Amino acid sequence: MDNRKLFVSSHAPYWHNGSSIAIKSYNIMLAAVPAVLMGIYQYGMPALGVVTFSISCAMIWELIMNFVMRRPVSIGDGNAAVIGLMLAMLLPAATPWWVVLIGTFLAVVIGKQIFGGIGCNPLNPALVAIAMIFLSWKGIMDFDEALLNYELGFPMTYPLATLKHFGVEAISDVGIGSLLMGSQTGGIGSTFGLGLILGGIYLILRGLIRWEIAISFLVGVFITALLFNVANPDVYAGPVFHLMTGYTLIGAFFLATEDSSSPVNFIPMLLYGALAGFLTVLIRNIGAMVDGVVFAILMMNLANPLLDKIRPGALGKEMENA
Amino acid sequence: MIKRPFFGFGKPKLDYAGVEGLEQGEVIDIPLPGSAVLFVEAPHPTVSDISFQVGDEIKTGQNLKVSPFSKSTFTSTVTGAITDISKKTGYLGKTFLSVAIDVSETDQWDDAFSLAVQTPELEKAGPYLNGLPGISNLDTLIHPETPLETIVVNGMDKDLLVTTQQMVVKSRGDDLKEGIEYLKKITGNPKVVLVVPPDLSAEAAKSGAQVQTITPSYPNSLPEMIMKDVLNQVVPAGADCSSLGVGFINAEGVVALKSAVTEGKPPVAKMVTVIGKNENTQVIRVRIGTPIKAVLSSLQIPLEQGDRLVIGGPMTGRSIYTEDMPVLQDTDAIMVQDKDQLALNANDPCVNCGECIRACPVRIPVNMLVRLLENSHYEEAAKEYDLLSCIECGLCSYVCEAKIPVFHYIMLGKYELSLMEEAEESVNG
Repeated sequence: MDNRKLFVSSHAPYWHNGSSIAIKSYNIMLAAVPAVLMGIYQYGMPALGVVTFSISCAMIWELIMNFVMRRPVSIGDGNAAVIGLMLAMLLPAATPWWVVLIGTFLAVVIGKQIFGGIGCNPLNPALVAIAMIFLSWKGIMDFDEALLNYELGFPMTYPLATLKHFGVEAISDVGIGSLLMGSQTGGIGSTFGLGLILGGIYLILRGLIRWEIAISFLVGVFITALLFNVANPDVYAGPVFHLMTGYTLIGAFFLATEDSSSPVNFIPMLLYGALAGFLTVLIRNIGAMVDGVVFAILMMNLANPLLDKIRPGALGKEMENA
Repeated sequence: MIKRPFFGFGKPKLDYAGVEGLEQGEVIDIPLPGSAVLFVEAPHPTVSDISFQVGDEIKTGQNLKVSPFSKSTFTSTVTGAITDISKKTGYLGKTFLSVAIDVSETDQWDDAFSLAVQTPELEKAGPYLNGLPGISNLDTLIHPETPLETIVVNGMDKDLLVTTQQMVVKSRGDDLKEGIEYLKKITGNPKVVLVVPPDLSAEAAKSGAQVQTITPSYPNSLPEMIMKDVLNQVVPAGADCSSLGVGFINAEGVVALKSAVTEGKPPVAKMVTVIGKNENTQVIRVRIGTPIKAVLSSLQIPLEQGDRLVIGGPMTGRSIYTEDMPVLQDTDAIMVQDKDQLALNANDPCVNCGECIRACPVRIPVNMLVRLLENSHYEEAAKEYDLLSCIECGLCSYVCEAKIPVFHYIMLGKYELSLMEEAEESVNG
């Protein structure tokens, strides 16, 4: 018998930098913790219920789909949990349980699994679910209606809705500091501006999200809002207000940067972010909806494959692409 | 293993190991093994064609022709009797003839070598020189398809942790000078550029060649990167450097040429960097043909079933399944990894995180490329997604979050394409 020692053989390289999908997922959840905690602190048990139920449902849908599609169990990579968390962060605290259940189904199954699972979703799964909920049950995503029974010591009106319906006058007393500290109504994890910014900076510094997208999205929102504001300050709110309200910050750091549905080349990333920011303000200022982040990012998700075709030629092939 | 830093975005930063602080005396000599194996790259001849047989006595420095009909020759690095001849297939379908030799303790030198290298006719010396340590393609320098304008003497090592070539520059700067002069003579006096890391520029200056320093961070020492950074020439996708009139040779090969010509004997020992389980490295001098098993036992490096044994460095080496493989003329490093430290691939699909795009030194759209390669669309991969621009550095696999064997897919794609081309050529005659 051949008793030689046998060694593990594979192709080079034999080193790996240690990154993994799971590490990225868990760090995104870690970065979201400040904003989520603020939401739970403000709205109490209902918010906690929505967050935990949403994460668990998302993971269960993923598991069910793994079995149905006879694929390896993939809830360990944390991606389903991230989708559940993102969905919960966008929902108001008073969301009924059945909306969370259906929402996570829409996100994980319709938004991700039927396209082939992680890496194959053309749209951000959480946004697919939010858009469908928004279009199906109007009252659920209307924060003024959903959070009617809360009194938290700050104006319980959704700033963007106030702006839309009552004009710039009505928001003149809204301070930037209070917006940053989460003194506004909105989704569970999308109102605490400072927490979202800190989480976003953490993700950028660790290289877990692509900074180009986050920054260009914010720049896109800022410049477009500024142009509107300069053109007619009586009708359109200032750029900082747009940055601090609605889903802008969570969109910049957590939604637009979703890997599979966003570009990877430099110029496409800038275009994607900036155009999403532009569309956001366009929808808010002259569109029919109160907040534009959801549909702006979904629109740019669709444009992603086309945008990503803008890329530098590889070394030795520049002449052909020029 | 260099991990990703806790905070860090952008490209991975991997620096080559330097030889600062390493002394010439620290090179460890490995004793002559009891049995050696010589590998010669050759199309597999039928057994009856082979011009030598088991039992033949061969001398050190003796040049042997594989078969009367083949151009492949090899120079024996040991004296002894042939005990076994077998055929082996290696990386990318390369075929080898492996010749096992029972080594006798004292070397008997073959005289033909000194006669051949001193003759002005290169036709006779060529086969002898082609097997020297560090030289595997001297033919392409002596008989280039495109007239040779520049020869780059690479004083940098190809891979991380490896210090073989740098050690040669550091310890044998004077020999390098004579070697370069001889090299110029046999290749028609092209321009010679010596590429070294900044801390070796003083030693390299002794060579008399034009010295160029490069930043010692991976993958700057790969030929295509040297072409781009040092010579400001871009190698067209799918072509190699020789098509632009540039030849590459390792510093060790140049020094070996010098020794061969001045001493009339082929250098039979090779410098090798051995990378142990804790990534501690040592440079050794070992007879070509020594089985790796003998090298490791002489250095007292334990190797268990399930560990990984790599010929070459951590990014571009080739893992082998048996320690009976010998040290070859182009073996610059031997790396051993413990079974607990293996970086293994996973089964996840590409998540489009874009790390490979940032890491790729030649701007290949790796995220798209890997999707095509996974589905065997090799021709489209080459045409639309720059498969042939790849310079084979392995950084895409190193950074891959989903742990996809991207580099493996790329090499498979290139290999399949070459097979398709061959098939097409044979059809078209």
